[in-house]
Amino acid sequence: MSLTRKNPRLEWIARNRLHPEHAQVMAELDASSSPSQWMGPNGLLRRDPHRVGRMGPNGLKRIDRSGLLAGQAYGSGGKQAKAEPQKPLITIDDPAFIVAVVPDMAGGELTSHDKDVLGMARQLADADPQRQGAVLAVVFGSYRETRFEHAGIDRLVFLEDERLEGYSPERRLNRLEDIERELTPERWLFPDSQLGGAELGRRLSVRLKERPATHVWQLLSEDGEWRCECRGARERSDIVRSLPRCILALEECAEPVSENRYEVKPVELSSTAPETMIRIDNLGQVEVDPASVALGEAEFILSGGNGVKNWDRFHNAALQLRAAEGASRVAVDNGFMPRERQVGATGTWVSARVYIAVGISGAIQHLQGIERCNKVVAINNDGGCDMVKRADLAIIGDAEGVLEALVELIEQKRSEESHHEAA
Amino acid sequence: MKPRESDKKSASLSISVLVSTGRHPITGRPGRADQDSRAVELAMNLQGGSVSLLHAGQPTEECKEALRGYLGMGIDRISLIEQSEHADITEVLTKTLKSSNPSLVLAGTQAEQGEGSGLLPFLLAESLGWSLVSGLVSIESVENGQATILQALPRGQRRRLKVRLPAIATVDESAERARQSAFGPARRGTIETISEASHIDETLASFEIKKARVRPKRLKIVKSSSARDRFKAAAAKSGGGGGQVLSDVSAQEGAEAIFKLLQEENVLKL
Repeated sequence: MSLTRKNPRLEWIARNRLHPEHAQVMAELDASSSPSQWMGPNGLLRRDPHRVGRMGPNGLKRIDRSGLLAGQAYGSGGKQAKAEPQKPLITIDDPAFIVAVVPDMAGGELTSHDKDVLGMARQLADADPQRQGAVLAVVFGSYRETRFEHAGIDRLVFLEDERLEGYSPERRLNRLEDIERELTPERWLFPDSQLGGAELGRRLSVRLKERPATHVWQLLSEDGEWRCECRGARERSDIVRSLPRCILALEECAEPVSENRYEVKPVELSSTAPETMIRIDNLGQVEVDPASVALGEAEFILSGGNGVKNWDRFHNAALQLRAAEGASRVAVDNGFMPRERQVGATGTWVSARVYIAVGISGAIQHLQGIERCNKVVAINNDGGCDMVKRADLAIIGDAEGVLEALVELIEQKRSEESHHEAA
Repeated sequence: MKPRESDKKSASLSISVLVSTGRHPITGRPGRADQDSRAVELAMNLQGGSVSLLHAGQPTEECKEALRGYLGMGIDRISLIEQSEHADITEVLTKTLKSSNPSLVLAGTQAEQGEGSGLLPFLLAESLGWSLVSGLVSIESVENGQATILQALPRGQRRRLKVRLPAIATVDESAERARQSAFGPARRGTIETISEASHIDETLASFEIKKARVRPKRLKIVKSSSARDRFKAAAAKSGGGGGQVLSDVSAQEGAEAIFKLLQEENVLKL
């Protein structure tokens, strides 16, 4: 008969969650002890409740339900936990009616606004279980979106045509009229956005001679009858009215779909009407000087603070990066930057995709101003400052040096690029 | 399409601007509507264009006072088409524009009172059969009955379009800010009233219009089966943590890390 050997040190580490080797030791202990659950011969999961948990320091059994150690203890288990749980797939074979949505698809992907509008369409389609509707999405040109099924789309009309790419409201309108003729959706939903939905939605509703509800921000249901609440008079009034056929909805008008998957069945259109006269010709996007773009709208901002000593170099870097220039309050107060370039609660609230903060320590007012920025890069001498804590990427070091190296790198890549084109 | 007399050179481009009355954003006093005044500014800046202003609405003192704001920008006269309250002005404007036949009609994107649906330019374009462009920022050139214009896109971007005239264009906040309205010219200018029969918009009566209330903020709902995840999401501090910190690296290494991030985010134009 073998003796049970105790390792007091390992037990001590197992009890001490803050010990640096804790995770490792727990994994070892778990591997050596017999598992608390296993797959039975008939495919049923068997559990042994007595084997769950571990003896604590006071002789009490301790069961860790936090899941904190599960991932570390079972190597493969961690990966499984991270994988997205499969949502139930919902198929609607014979819909009673169709709710058509024309998403903006900025950059070929559904925007958050699109998802909200699709959520609203889902509400309309699922309202009456006796009369189940289907959500139809109309996508023009090309797309990169891979998660249509998670957005609540039952049917997809994909109109692949080079000429529908970019800004082509008249051609798109013609195709929407084809859909109207063939499928006659009960409702048409558009995002009321500058990305194109606002214009296309109004064009279509005028063409269909329907009075649309614009700037809709809420759906109301009264005894089975839909009503909607719209913003009128430029944010000054709310209009409650019965829900028309054409709806242009604002952002956050409904919760996006999150619980189910939908089948995204492609729908082919049989006929296309002959093309009408095209009055608008798209000559393409224009190169815009980033310095002229309003700070609140800029996509990419290089912002300087007290840590910047050589302002000429900073301006040059902004020029090379083709970024809009911003500044912290200190830099503005010291006269290095104009007041309109000040970022923060006391200046402009920015919503850039990438915000590079050079020598800015991150006062709370400044951090509030950059709250809506997607990615923040900090270049700073002080590793302990608030900006570094906020940043997605922080470089601790001399700001001037890093900026200069970045400019050099970009110049080098640009020259390589031009060589490629020449060759 | 046969080019009309007025289109042959931009020197004789006739522009109509549809103006409405607005309110001061802070005091709420009647005055110019912001987008409409930008449209007037845009029309006035066009070299050699002849600008005429058109308003359809109730000829009250308050309305006339508000319209004087446009006169103060250096305009001699405004045509005010008399309409009763809750009138649908589409038909009247269609008729007026058909007879005056301008090359270009400018209007704000959305009115500052009433329904403010921003539908009028679209209705006019449809009934007149003219082209329509939204978000006009500047007119670059006009030749052979076609105008080359710049259109505003989100995030300060611009797009160049070629539009066949006559056209209706809407103007939003991306266009240049309007000049100040001066008191003297505002008093001296004339408001010319034209009486027209009004068509009452009957659907509007069924609308329940009230003062705008604050929209509820969207709550961040975490749908998770595990209580631990829900608690973590509720107790999480916004921002901070999880970022990559590179200390003790050379300037070149730091620059490369930034460059990689910029390329991932696709903001760098090489």
